[in-house]
Amino acid sequence: MVIYGVALLAACLVSGLYIGELLGQLLGVQANVGGVGIAMVLLVLASGSKRLQSLVTGPSGDGIKFWSAMYIPIVVAMAASQNVVAAVDGGLLALIVGVLAVVVSFALVPLISRIGPQSEPLPPLEEPSASTTKRGV
Amino acid sequence: METLSEVLRANGLIVAFTVVGITVWLSYVVSNRFTRGRIHGSAIAILLGLVAAYFAGLETEGRRGVADIGVLAGIGIMGGGMMRDFGIVSTAFGVHLGELRKAGVVGMISIFAGVIVSFIIGAVVAVLFGYSDAESITTIGAGAVTYIVGPVTGTAIGASSDVIALSVAAGVVKSILVMIGTPMVARYIGLNNPQSAMVFGGLMGTTSGVAGGLAATDPRLVPYGAMTATFYTGIGCLLGPSILYFIVRALV
Repeated sequence: MVIYGVALLAACLVSGLYIGELLGQLLGVQANVGGVGIAMVLLVLASGSKRLQSLVTGPSGDGIKFWSAMYIPIVVAMAASQNVVAAVDGGLLALIVGVLAVVVSFALVPLISRIGPQSEPLPPLEEPSASTTKRGV
Repeated sequence: METLSEVLRANGLIVAFTVVGITVWLSYVVSNRFTRGRIHGSAIAILLGLVAAYFAGLETEGRRGVADIGVLAGIGIMGGGMMRDFGIVSTAFGVHLGELRKAGVVGMISIFAGVIVSFIIGAVVAVLFGYSDAESITTIGAGAVTYIVGPVTGTAIGASSDVIALSVAAGVVKSILVMIGTPMVARYIGLNNPQSAMVFGGLMGTTSGVAGGLAATDPRLVPYGAMTATFYTGIGCLLGPSILYFIVRALV
């Protein structure tokens, strides 16, 4: 049943957010500490568990895959509900702070990525609709 | 016309599915026809969303982009924190635990590096702009971390409300730039494997920015980046009003 997969996904998110909230309180922070990340770990563990196989394969698995495919549309809706005017109106200071923070952080990615074990690049994306698609701009 | 508007308003989320669906379709047409697929359809769709949010914000003077337009309120639900988090978690389906474990330590390093580096940049720019009190400098520095860390820190240490607003603006600029910029710089910063995606998420930290930026680059990287990014705001809220504030106070 599709709903089993969806319910598993939802249960992971709620449990993760709850743990994240508790972690926040424990650390005395007014924020959720890693709730979504913890939920993701729970889902990874659940999908690897033998006992829960019936919840992550077949139609139940499709319930999770559906939401994972809805991810980009959700991000598009998220982009459309951002406070872009505030970002533009924030003036020069907000702009300079934002731009510098992003540029320097981008530059640090290859440096920090060199630490520790390396992982292989993912194979090129294959998109059925666009055979000429190249990644990035 | 009035009847139509009523139907649309009463079925917000469904309208959102329709509107977003059309937007994504249009974006892929543009991507294939005019850029021969070189600019990802999802990148174009996200950009269209941001542009629409800008004009909607000008029109409605609201803070939630097109979601402040009555008939499009459902986009606010579809793109709100709840659905975003649900979508992000679902992308972890199929992720290998081994990859996560392998990049665990370097992921943690990147979170702390990201928070501290962004904070320093924000604080230095604040000083250059003439701010001299520790509260304002810290709050603007925290805004460079994310637009949540800024106001949380500012409120905790008693910064003025215009400085808090400024810190939010800085954080929103960062988030939007990450969404737009990531697909453009991805190949230059080696953003093509799970490990660098985890480092990327930890360094950038803005969940919306990372979510959007990686989606437009390669959706398979999303879970790895999102994993570290979701710890970033919490760590930022932890360090901002405490250690980082004390350091700034000692320096000025």
